[in-house]
Amino acid sequence: MQQFLELLGNAFPYLVAGTIETLRIATGALLLGVAVGLPTGVGRVYGPPWLQRALGAYVTLFQGTPLLIQLFFVYYGLPSLGVTFPQFTAALLTLGLNSGAYQAEYLRGALQSVSAGQMTAARAIGMSQNQAIRSIILPQALRLVLPAWSNEVIAMLKNTAVVFVIAIPDLMGQAKILASKYFAPLPIYMIVAGFYIVLVGVTYLLLRRIERRTQIPGLTGEGE
Amino acid sequence: MTTAPILRIEDVYKSFGETRVLNGFSLTIQPQEVVVLVGPSGSGKSTLLRCINLLHPPTAGRIWLEEQEITAPGVNQDKVRQRIGMVFQDFNLFTHLTALGNVMIGLTKVRKMHKQEAHDLAMLELERVGLVERANHYPAQLSGGQKQRVAIARALGMDPHIMLFDEPTSALDPELTGEVLEVMQQLAREGMTMIVVSHEMGFARQVASRVVFMEGGIVVEEGPPAQMFEQPVHERTRAFLRKITDLDEGGK
Repeated sequence: MQQFLELLGNAFPYLVAGTIETLRIATGALLLGVAVGLPTGVGRVYGPPWLQRALGAYVTLFQGTPLLIQLFFVYYGLPSLGVTFPQFTAALLTLGLNSGAYQAEYLRGALQSVSAGQMTAARAIGMSQNQAIRSIILPQALRLVLPAWSNEVIAMLKNTAVVFVIAIPDLMGQAKILASKYFAPLPIYMIVAGFYIVLVGVTYLLLRRIERRTQIPGLTGEGE
Repeated sequence: MTTAPILRIEDVYKSFGETRVLNGFSLTIQPQEVVVLVGPSGSGKSTLLRCINLLHPPTAGRIWLEEQEITAPGVNQDKVRQRIGMVFQDFNLFTHLTALGNVMIGLTKVRKMHKQEAHDLAMLELERVGLVERANHYPAQLSGGQKQRVAIARALGMDPHIMLFDEPTSALDPELTGEVLEVMQQLAREGMTMIVVSHEMGFARQVASRVVFMEGGIVVEEGPPAQMFEQPVHERTRAFLRKITDLDEGGK
């Protein structure tokens, strides 16, 4: 026990630094994912056919291949085509585009579950399709997408762990270093798992709160 | 009548794929008329309303709203729809907005009013339908009758020149239809031009200036309610009206 606490004491500052790195990557990638996923989801439902197909191809590409391959492709593959990214940028880009594909799909489902009458009624009072999407459909779809989006946030926190393979000192990267430095893989990985659980737990509680705050009074979560 | 018609529908056809729903439908409506449109299900009543406000533009034929041919190419359809109010069978209130918000959103987003101005006008419209005290309720917190009255207020807020009602009371429990019909009756008294698809024969008798019976996508017969109910010319009209009048009275 004494030994474990000593190890924890030594490892702690590194793990905190790793946690901060993990949070930076996760937050950045999620924001990039929203920036990409939101227009992609809308385009896949309301865009012209050629756009729907193009966006569908993007989604299939990122959902159909392992995240690790995507990361290797961006970090090790693209330089041979003359495109080189620093590690952190490569990680953000890969995770962000990957998350964007998933977020677009969640949003597509939510957009399609807003009843068609909402669009009809919006057009009937003279709104253009874009106005109707912005003022009527999206505000409802974004509420519907929150539970799925919460899952995406939690998945992202853990997916960031792949970035240690391109030598980013995130939580997982620090764990790898510490485990070999102290020859103590079992306790280190246990501690790191604990860090992830706390991260995910706190995030989960925050997201549940947002969900409750944005609920439409009188509705239990289902549309009309 | 020498006044210019408010709406002129000329030989309108509408098909969905292979199915032809409207078959050369023509009808002219004068300002302040209340036209009740009846006909068996599938006769094209709802499609006609959706052709009039261009939600489903006609396949062929022409429609004039006041002096403008709205089926002409290059017409701004959003602008046309602002002048045509529409009320749906299943209300279609915006679920994420309060009653007030439902009326306001068209004012701020489409009519580009300032918030305060929109708020005040929206409250006036809610007052017209008797729902000021429900202004801050969400649709899920309103009864069916209240929802439909909010939907009417939402349409009125756009200051329409004509109102289309697509079976406004069909989704309501019988005890809730009265409050909606009352609002419509009051609108008619104020001089609103209305086309009402409805099988509320009491309303048709009392409020309609004309009853139009349609079947197979065309007008079979039209006339003042008294004539249509007492001495229709066509056997089909007679049979249909007898059937729904019996149902109507049986239900009361």
